[in-house]
Amino acid sequence: MADVLFNVFALLTVIAAAGVVLNRNAVNASMCLLLSLVGVAGLFVALDAYLLAFLLLLVYAGAIVALFLFIVMLLDAKGDVPAPIHKIPLLARIMAFALVTVGLISFFTRGRIVSPDLATTPALGSSLKLYAYQLFTIYLLPVQILGFLLLIAMLGVIVLSKKFEGMDDIK
Amino acid sequence: MVDFYFQLHPVIQAVLKGLAVILVIFPLGGICSMAERKVSAWIQGRPGPNRAIVPWIAWIPFVGTFLQRLGLFHVMADGGKMLFKEDALPGGVNKFYFILAPIVAMIPALTTVTTVPFGAYLDGHGAVIPLGLANVDIGLLAVFAVSSLGVYSLILAGWASNSKYPFLGGVRASAQLISYELSMTLSVIPVFLWINAPGTEGTMSLAKTVEFQSQPGFWGGAWFIFIMPVSAFIFLVSLFAETNRQPFDMPESEADLVGGFHTEYGAFKWGLFFVAEYAHMIIGSGVFTLLFLGGWNPLPWISLADLIGWLNGITGAAWIIHPLFVGLLSIGIFLGKVVFGIFFFMWVRWTVPRFRYDQVMELGWKKLLPLAIANLLVYAIGIAVITK
Repeated sequence: MADVLFNVFALLTVIAAAGVVLNRNAVNASMCLLLSLVGVAGLFVALDAYLLAFLLLLVYAGAIVALFLFIVMLLDAKGDVPAPIHKIPLLARIMAFALVTVGLISFFTRGRIVSPDLATTPALGSSLKLYAYQLFTIYLLPVQILGFLLLIAMLGVIVLSKKFEGMDDIK
Repeated sequence: MVDFYFQLHPVIQAVLKGLAVILVIFPLGGICSMAERKVSAWIQGRPGPNRAIVPWIAWIPFVGTFLQRLGLFHVMADGGKMLFKEDALPGGVNKFYFILAPIVAMIPALTTVTTVPFGAYLDGHGAVIPLGLANVDIGLLAVFAVSSLGVYSLILAGWASNSKYPFLGGVRASAQLISYELSMTLSVIPVFLWINAPGTEGTMSLAKTVEFQSQPGFWGGAWFIFIMPVSAFIFLVSLFAETNRQPFDMPESEADLVGGFHTEYGAFKWGLFFVAEYAHMIIGSGVFTLLFLGGWNPLPWISLADLIGWLNGITGAAWIIHPLFVGLLSIGIFLGKVVFGIFFFMWVRWTVPRFRYDQVMELGWKKLLPLAIANLLVYAIGIAVITK
């Protein structure tokens, strides 16, 4: 039962993710992104990581994709004719090729990559206490760095959205 | 009968339980729309709906007229109208999303019910076992996460209608719902800081919240609305905004947007939006009851177990401690509080005038959010000092 559910959600995630890339219509693409995120949340539930599943739904599916849709609708972004390949910057072409190569290699060698033993791996996402404890001990540095990044982004938003016309506005 | 039920496959049991809950929630949504009309009439000093009646009931003397004045048959008339009206599809709409939007409205509204416990019974040893579809540890987070998906129905309905006013309604909905989600989430953190004493396994379960409010002693038995009035207030205001109720019904405000996101909808699709709105109200009022009003405990400082103990002491009857009686009693108490919550929603709707859109945004971002953060800080420090 759990295996079947896992496979169904995995399939849903991949198909929806392909839909995000292939759709010309930006609203359709955002809805595919939503479906894909719901699929990933389903995968987390199948892996007993309920906390991650619901955080993913709350933050990404509930708020961020809604903002994407908001922007897409506000700008009325219709799909465009894709640019011919020689107009895409060389760096972007190389990056895309490298990403696809890495993805394919890891897909075909996944059986041979040494994965950690499941029995000894702590289930961090399963309990609130365990998760919070790890966040504030082992992973404290990444959390702090992310906090700074968010702070910088917030300052950027304030600076961009506030119109500075003279010295009076700063006071 | 009971034995036969427990012999069934767990999946079939779960489906039956789920169906039972949906069969309660769905008609409740319809009855709420009726209650809304009666309550509004009562508040404004009108008789309200009092005409519709089935002919052969009108023949009963006194009782027939009484039922007619009560307006009960308007529910049937409304339901029948919604089902049999022509379900027009306006030209130029995006058909797929236009039909999808009302369905998307129903899914989160009915899915959140699974994690909301609605009653309790005593097992043989006096322990209180909560009743609910799924008593998960993540509780409230699941309710927030799933109900936050409800915004898509409004956005999609507004966009797919291919018309100015619904579009504005959809855009307003997306901004408003995200803004108030922040204060809502922040306002309940003090409750869980208080419940999760240091050293214990953390939980966000709604059943545990009720359990915490039914302890003996002054502080143990006090409902959270007394201990954390500011949290309760912020939660309640955000709840109004999240359920699109007046004074926050920006997405549909009839005065400036015709009908908002559902201007182009009619018949049963329109009805689904309304059942979803009322279902959201029922769930929201249920979560508020569990968090701040002691859940299924009859009165502050008197828990369900106390009440049953007294009743048992006075009458000495064996059926009083029977799980079935205790379960029904607790569900009755809980539903009573939820119904009062829904009445409160209507009371506010017909008392307070609608905000302007900029006022809604200012209230959300410049007043409620700082208040919620300050409230969280004060309680975090206070709880740290007390539990040290």
